[in-house]
Amino acid sequence: MSVANLNGGQQLAVKYFTVAVVLFVAQILFGLLSGIQYLAPDFLQGLLNFSMTRTLHIDAMVVWMLYGFIGSVYWLLEEESEVAVVGLKLGNLAFWVLTAAVTVVVLVFLFIQTGPGDDFTRWFINEGREYIEAPRWADIGIVVCMLIFFYNVSATFMKGKWSGIAGVLTLDLVALAGIYLAGMFYTTNVSVDQFWWWWVIHLWVEATWEVLVGCIMAWGLMKTLNVDRKIVTTWLYIEVALMFGSGILGLGHHYFWIGTPEYWLTIGGFFSALEPIPLVAMVVHAVYDSGVRHMKGNNNPALAWLIAHAFGNFFGAGVWGFMHTLPQINLYTHGTQWSASHGHLAFFGAYATIIIAVFYIAAQYVRGQSSLGAGLPDGGWKWKWALGLLNLGVVGMTVALLISGYEQSFIERAVGGSTWMGYFAAQIHPWFVQGMEWRMVFGLVTAAGIVLLVWDLLTIGKGQKSGATVRAQTA
Amino acid sequence: MSNNIPWWSSEVFWKKMAVWVTAFMFVVLILLTVDTIPQISVGSERVPAYSVINKHVGYEFNDARNFQVPVIGGDAPLFGKMLSEEEAEALVTHGKKVTQGRNCMGCHTLLGNGSYFAPDLTKAWLDPAWSSEAERESMMITFLMDPQANARSFGSGRTMPDLKITEEEARAVIAFLKWMSTIDTNGFPYNFTVIDKEG
Repeated sequence: MSVANLNGGQQLAVKYFTVAVVLFVAQILFGLLSGIQYLAPDFLQGLLNFSMTRTLHIDAMVVWMLYGFIGSVYWLLEEESEVAVVGLKLGNLAFWVLTAAVTVVVLVFLFIQTGPGDDFTRWFINEGREYIEAPRWADIGIVVCMLIFFYNVSATFMKGKWSGIAGVLTLDLVALAGIYLAGMFYTTNVSVDQFWWWWVIHLWVEATWEVLVGCIMAWGLMKTLNVDRKIVTTWLYIEVALMFGSGILGLGHHYFWIGTPEYWLTIGGFFSALEPIPLVAMVVHAVYDSGVRHMKGNNNPALAWLIAHAFGNFFGAGVWGFMHTLPQINLYTHGTQWSASHGHLAFFGAYATIIIAVFYIAAQYVRGQSSLGAGLPDGGWKWKWALGLLNLGVVGMTVALLISGYEQSFIERAVGGSTWMGYFAAQIHPWFVQGMEWRMVFGLVTAAGIVLLVWDLLTIGKGQKSGATVRAQTA
Repeated sequence: MSNNIPWWSSEVFWKKMAVWVTAFMFVVLILLTVDTIPQISVGSERVPAYSVINKHVGYEFNDARNFQVPVIGGDAPLFGKMLSEEEAEALVTHGKKVTQGRNCMGCHTLLGNGSYFAPDLTKAWLDPAWSSEAERESMMITFLMDPQANARSFGSGRTMPDLKITEEEARAVIAFLKWMSTIDTNGFPYNFTVIDKEG
């Protein structure tokens, strides 16, 4: 691997991408352990309980995706602004501080896990709030690193060239960093606690992250397909209007059952039902641009993953979210495997896919190729199989979990009266167990996919014919 | 490409739309938040004061709203001891901190949010799993302190790990659970069977 052909921002991006891939692998490993624990509840009990394997599965995902996003922004920063990253040394320092903090948090989660019910535990061991379990000291570290990241991005754009993508990206990062603060306080009132907790989770995942990937998509389409800047920028504005237009009040679909007033049933139901619309716009945009260029790009794996993103985002976040977003159905599905089904397809479809696309764009530059895909010595079987296995694995898990979720909402909720006995009656039902077994099978398919993906990212383009030759052949 | 771009597909129009729609929605969210927070503050109608743990708690069908709502009854002090508002708050606070420190959300759900490996705890205080109201408190303490020996897995083989919860911590957790069961959750969980009300 040579980083000599890369600019400063891109060299820093490669560091972020490397950690992201490591955490992606960790996510899948802990996911496999959690899956096994559903089938064999005694597995690792007392050593690494489900609560910790699941926490590590989810938190590794959140953090690798953040690393992927930060890396993607550093990757495009110098090209987009046409100047060198301002304050790059500080950016590098932030990377090492953040990575050290993440390492310490993971080690504490693995070896200390939990603590007594006092403030020390929340500050230094485990905050115990889903998705943001990282103790408070780490929260503060994350905010400081995000501020440095924001400084790098905004100062670079200010010194260099502003563009539509630059403007949206900068404002989105302000929101992203600001919203994280809403999760950084303690209250005993669990309703108020969850009210603000959803500001972080929902307004990240269903608003600011979506806009961030909109920026990456716009830039990615320009890179891989040479799409006109004016077109991607206009689409980006349309997506922002639709995304924030539906997603900000769509937050209300988390306010149905946590103690909040009944008007949230109407507001949350209505606006969250509109959330798929911007995702349709993104699919149309990506597929149309690819179609008019006859799918001829300079980076086949990246383009394939961008298309996977467009569809995955629409189906995972859009369709799977819509299926249980209205309160009339959510009353029965809230807190069941429906959410797990939706979560698997949405996070993979909306975020993992597009970050993988950027990994491939980075691989192309790192290997010094002007194009990637057409002239691969092995015919590109590794990236194609990785793409196929990962998508098949995640879609398979999604469907399996959905079947378990259907069964759970009927047996536990509608029939069983939602009691503990109702809960377990649903958990031991053969339809539920079969769903969990198939989830495990497809989890292993996903794991095979990640092995190939990592292998491919480490090797792709290494023995490729010179870029110029390939370009001449494909032209 | 034609130079006659209609206004509705121009970059400038959508840039303005993006800014105004985002700003408008955010302002609406702020206004709704300002309206909601007082309604879910402790001591409000929807989220009772912590001293509610001194009272009997029910979950009964409300004809007007067409779902079950928490019903606060007469005196029924937790562990037989009436607590002042401050004492109740301290106990519930300790309980909530224990649930965070032991990462309960890693397996359970609270108000339906968390993980799905173990039962929802929203109405755990009212669950018929605790046999009867008379036995409930002592069964909950014993279970939390040694969930392996007192496993309640209903044939699933899934047991709660021993989290080394002390008796003091168990009492605090139970206070938190009792208080949480009084929150008006718009009928979630639906169709719930309440302890001592079966059949």
